[in-house]
Amino acid sequence: MATDTRGLSTEQAVRVRNLHRSFTKDGGVLNGLDLDIAPGEFVALIGRSGTGKSTLLRALAGLDRDVDGYGQITVPGAVSVVFQDSRLLPWKRVLDNVIFGLRGADARERGAQALAEVGLAGRERAWPHQLSGGEQQRAALARSLVREPQLLLADEPFGALDALTRIRMHALLRKLCETHRPAVLLVTHDVDEAIVLADRVILLDAGVVDTDVRVDLANRSRSDAGFAALRTLLLDRLGVDEEGRR
Amino acid sequence: MTAALHATTPKSDDKTDARVVRRRLGPGRRIRFAFWIGPLLALAVWSVGSATGVIKPAILSAPWDVAVAFEDQWSNHDLPGNILSSLERAVIGLTLGVVTGAVLAVISGLSRAGESVIDGPIQIKRSVPTLAIIPLFIAWFGIGQEMKIVTIALISLVPIYIHTHNGLRGIDGKYAELAETIGISRGDFIRHVVLPGALPGFLLGMRFAVTSALLGLVVVEQYNAVAGIGHMITLAEQYGQTDVIVVGLVIYGVFGYCADSAVRLTARKVLAWRQTLEG
Repeated sequence: MATDTRGLSTEQAVRVRNLHRSFTKDGGVLNGLDLDIAPGEFVALIGRSGTGKSTLLRALAGLDRDVDGYGQITVPGAVSVVFQDSRLLPWKRVLDNVIFGLRGADARERGAQALAEVGLAGRERAWPHQLSGGEQQRAALARSLVREPQLLLADEPFGALDALTRIRMHALLRKLCETHRPAVLLVTHDVDEAIVLADRVILLDAGVVDTDVRVDLANRSRSDAGFAALRTLLLDRLGVDEEGRR
Repeated sequence: MTAALHATTPKSDDKTDARVVRRRLGPGRRIRFAFWIGPLLALAVWSVGSATGVIKPAILSAPWDVAVAFEDQWSNHDLPGNILSSLERAVIGLTLGVVTGAVLAVISGLSRAGESVIDGPIQIKRSVPTLAIIPLFIAWFGIGQEMKIVTIALISLVPIYIHTHNGLRGIDGKYAELAETIGISRGDFIRHVVLPGALPGFLLGMRFAVTSALLGLVVVEQYNAVAGIGHMITLAEQYGQTDVIVVGLVIYGVFGYCADSAVRLTARKVLAWRQTLEG
């Protein structure tokens, strides 16, 4: 049972202090992690498998009731989560999925607007299984954004998509974040994705922040020299070189 | 870039279709009126058997004799009244059983406390044949309508409970997690996630419940009924009228068949969101 002090944040969107989480007795997954995310800031979280990326995200989402640990977490009141799978309810049509749990007379209108924003106008009455993987994930994004979150938590949201769809989704997510300005914590294992999308890249290792770099690139194209330097730095910290050798 | 772009070749008018098609492993497209082919075939065998004398009238009356007996019962012995009386019993009992079974399944499926109280007794009840409890019910409720309805309700409750509970527990835990992040109330969670997710199980339970209810009906109507199909059969038994007995059996069969197809049709409509071999 996690015994955190949780609270609503004021000046920072996310403030985490001394966060510990462990699944077994002998070793912790998170070992005293500190993290701040400013309102509207886009942070990408990378790290090797098992370094606690998802554990941190689930702690921020409040989904780790049954995990041992302690620490202080402050998050905004409105938090939305995007998972690796879209988690659209198969028995609800797309629009009903987007406005699931939403109250108010204008819910359907807002839902339709959110669908249009992610390029799914006209698919309101489709069943989830009739959408492609990319479309399902866009519907999931619409479901998150229609709630106007101050913090968007995304756990490898593009992990199951093909490379072309993924590039399109990157552009869409950047555009959406520029319009709605939520603070974002994106968990990914793709270094390029992190650099393309984020204002800041954080690398976790052994349950603490290992590297914390600001992405100050005028040009986010992969051929840019600054991009390549950043990628080399991060890959080096992850313990692999450009060819994937350890 | 040194890649060469090829101009598209002009369209040809050749419509030769030389595709390679894999052998189909699923059941394939729906056949129209497929539902009736089996029953009609059985009727044909029965007719041919009676006409050729292979099936003796003392064993089983011929279809046309049954038709005559049906007509006679309808106009001279209040068959419509008997049918209504039986239907009323079955529908009231079934409704009670279905509602109770579904409510118990949701309570026991969603709360550990509910499960520990409800699940055990129902599993024990399941292994005791309901028909064996009838003598006890007669002692409690008498031999009137009450006993009959309670028996039918109890016999149809079990399959509804088992299948709804099973369907509910089979709902992917990820959907519960999603509902938690969205922050909806328990009532909304039941309405939007639990009930639709358990619906396929409930409808399967419904198919069993309908036939169980009819089974219960047949048995309880042997006890002191003054109206109903069972009453008609009991009288016919005393007078040795096999044709009337068959009329009763056919009516029970038609009841069951219609009820089952109604449930299946409903299932096809309300489960349109599923993509299965059912098609």
